Amino acid sequence: MAEQLLEVKDLQVNFKVYEGLLRVLKGVFLNVGAKEKVGIIGESGCGKTTTMKAIMRILAANAIVAGGTIAYRGSDVLQLGMQDLMRLRRTSMSMIFQDPTAALNPVFKVGEQLEDIVRYSEFTSDAPTKQEVRAKAVELLKSAALPEPERILDSYPFQLSGGMRQRVCIAMSLASAKDLLIADEPGTSLDVTIEDQIMRELKQIVEERGLSVILISHSIGAVKGFVTKLYVMYAGTMVEEAPTGELFSNPVHPYTQNLLKAVPKLTGGGVPEGIAGRIPSYITIADGCRFASRCRSAKERCRTDGPPAFDIGNGHRVACFHYGDI
Amino acid sequence: MSRRGPDYGKSWHKFSKNYLSQVGLGVVALVAFVAIFAPYIAPYPSHAGFFVDYPEAHESPNWVHIFGTDQFGRDVLSRIMFGFRYSLMMAVVVLSLVVPLGVVLGLVAGYYRGGKVEMIIMRGADIFLAVPPLVLALSICSVLTPSVFNAMMAVSLMWWPWYTRLVYSISSSLRNEPFVQAAEIAGASPFHIIFREILPNCLGPILTKVTLDAGWVILIGASLSFVGLGAQPPIPDLGTMVSDGANFLPEQWWVSLFPALTIVLIILGFNLLGDGVRDLFAAETV
Amino acid sequence: MMSGEEILTVKGLKKHFKTTRGIVKAVDDVSFCVMKNETFGLVGESGSGKSTVGHVIMGIYGPTAGSITFMGKDISMGVGKRPKELKKQLQIVFQDPASSLNPRRTIGQILELPFRVHHLAPDGNYAEKVFEMMDLIELPREFVVRYAGEQGGGEKQAVAIGRALATGPRFIVLDEPTSALDVSIQAKIINMLMRFQKDFDLSYLFITHNLSLMRNVAQRVGIMYLGKIVELAGTPEFFSNPLHPYTKMLLSAVPVITPEEEALKPEKITSTGEIAGALNVPPGCSFHPRCPFVMDICRDIVPIMIEYKNGHHVACHLYPSAGKNM
Repeated sequence: MAEQLLEVKDLQVNFKVYEGLLRVLKGVFLNVGAKEKVGIIGESGCGKTTTMKAIMRILAANAIVAGGTIAYRGSDVLQLGMQDLMRLRRTSMSMIFQDPTAALNPVFKVGEQLEDIVRYSEFTSDAPTKQEVRAKAVELLKSAALPEPERILDSYPFQLSGGMRQRVCIAMSLASAKDLLIADEPGTSLDVTIEDQIMRELKQIVEERGLSVILISHSIGAVKGFVTKLYVMYAGTMVEEAPTGELFSNPVHPYTQNLLKAVPKLTGGGVPEGIAGRIPSYITIADGCRFASRCRSAKERCRTDGPPAFDIGNGHRVACFHYGDI
Repeated sequence: MSRRGPDYGKSWHKFSKNYLSQVGLGVVALVAFVAIFAPYIAPYPSHAGFFVDYPEAHESPNWVHIFGTDQFGRDVLSRIMFGFRYSLMMAVVVLSLVVPLGVVLGLVAGYYRGGKVEMIIMRGADIFLAVPPLVLALSICSVLTPSVFNAMMAVSLMWWPWYTRLVYSISSSLRNEPFVQAAEIAGASPFHIIFREILPNCLGPILTKVTLDAGWVILIGASLSFVGLGAQPPIPDLGTMVSDGANFLPEQWWVSLFPALTIVLIILGFNLLGDGVRDLFAAETV
Repeated sequence: MMSGEEILTVKGLKKHFKTTRGIVKAVDDVSFCVMKNETFGLVGESGSGKSTVGHVIMGIYGPTAGSITFMGKDISMGVGKRPKELKKQLQIVFQDPASSLNPRRTIGQILELPFRVHHLAPDGNYAEKVFEMMDLIELPREFVVRYAGEQGGGEKQAVAIGRALATGPRFIVLDEPTSALDVSIQAKIINMLMRFQKDFDLSYLFITHNLSLMRNVAQRVGIMYLGKIVELAGTPEFFSNPLHPYTKMLLSAVPVITPEEEALKPEKITSTGEIAGALNVPPGCSFHPRCPFVMDICRDIVPIMIEYKNGHHVACHLYPSAGKNM
């Protein structure tokens, strides 16, 4: 098997707040190979974005990484010094955020923002000329499927539509993403037809450049056509990992099954049932499997011990005691 | 409907994120305490009024008179303590007049945005704001007989538009929020919407401004007294004391310096307290 | 039209906004009706005007032209001028639960308001009414003193629904009621809404851009583009036999997860170009710049709505008259 680009093992992240300690991430694992497209699905507050921020080390000041490793190309990101970390961010990995309007500074022209990034990532050692930087910026916009790149460079973000803003963000991330691109709900704030367009364009760009991608979404359908491997997160834990087709045809974790059932179908069939119960609070969260309180087949064991990921073949792993025992 | 009591522990935690806010609270509490109990704790309470003791005049600070005495032999420390009363009274009276008036006008202008009501209120506020504050206060005071009361009226007259503006900006932006529309659709009266839906959302900025303003009102009041348009002798107003003592600088420096320092202290205290109040209402980030 | 009584009729509705940059024709000649106890779905992307239709019905804006009739009576006046009786009958649930609930009011205060305004507690015991409502929307009674803003999206939206139900309305406008919610919570809320529709004899105008959801909640669907309804049909017919190119485009872009749904989708129509803003609506058929089947007539003449099949209406030059198989 090709060497893993990114290997997250047993990640544990807590947040210190007035009410106590928010024990958000527990035992999170993630593997992304070179040129591999991986998706993470889960509902709001399940820790998908927190995991990504941990990988890029942009967590909030009250975050405590209490355990685990994040191996990027062999070296542990969590142990890197500031210099190495900045080089990593400028030349190797990048992130696209959910709301392109918030990701762009409204008082600067798009060109100024993009050229700044180009200067830091493309020309790390030599001092480039203005024309070189601008040419590079134009090239990036073109590769993000933006027409009239010159005009866009001279526009302010508010003059562009939502879809164009998101493409600009994609272009910006392409400047620094040579190996890994993290896309956090890139289509959520866009209309369905525009989201469809952008995702197709992104897929093409990613494949052309041979990038690895981590795509996060709470829209399960949007993820399906894009990634080859899927992770399912619940309440700060990874509950299932499988190749895309396998996950949809054979979901095994009770949460995954319920989640897939809860999506309304275009073919009809009535409104699905939700999942009984509530997402637990991260302050009072119990030990053991975090889904146990809402699981219809929970055993005694489930409430006391946190299940590790059991391998059930076909590249399919599930963190559930019904599929293994230690 | 009953409301669960506010979490005082959490509020204190938010307030005291910066320990200086606690310092501010302490200073303001001290000033208030001294002002209220001045007759009981001042070493020479009778010096606060008309009093003359020439042999004791111009004594530099010593153990009998901690801040020294002025040209009439009056104990500076005692007069400062009584001076706090006038300063705080200025703040309390002015703000009690200005805040309700300014806030209500701002709420109404924001609610009836786009109509005649808004125009009248906001352009009225603009007119008062166009005149430099001290100039306005000075002109009023010089036309009327200078007195503490008139100084307070003059300051009030120029202070209310700031609250109207502050509240108007919040009120007019909240006016079109879905929760206000929902209240209208439910059938709520404009009174309910203005005072029960919109006003609670303005309290944070209002309270922060009130706290910070207290210091500034006191300063303006002292400035008026300094030029002779506020409290008249023998009232121990801090500003008057500074101006009186200025005649004796630099030899008898204590007569001016100590009142001036306490003015600085009071304003600093309110500023620090205001920072804390602002932190109290700041939005939380997880 | 279907058999059954009409509870709401909209005829030739127009709502134009004057802005500094020109006239925005948010709603431009929209006509439809909602039957008693029916859920009528209004679908469209941003700029389609679907939310504005809901707002005009509720009286948040007055119409520029056209009429709205509710239970036979004209209601085209602003909410301030509506009689109290009418206000009780028509209610709305807004899209974003965070901004539709006052962050400085408790759940109890929010729910109490409609009861108080309309004097709906004969013995003055509003607390009891509020508690009954909490039970109905499945919130624990202790939540009554909590601030709505501190709850999760699902709880917030439940409160918004409770507020709408308090006055015992006959008709509720649901403006994207679950767009901000996760899939499992969406299922719960939709089930609640369907239950209430049966129990309380309600009629719904369900506005959303989520076609998979629409398939399972609405009996009839209208699709809007730039202020006009371009197709209107019963739900099964709408999804299995879409006529208008825009409908087909939207349906082909829906992200789905099962192969059956994939098979139902029309052939992929890739949208070219951006959605035109409502400021410069293209002449003729407003969809023509993006339409893959554009003809010369489309650029000049606005297509009129015709009944192509029984109950299936469409406004497109591809269908100039009723179909052969009526």
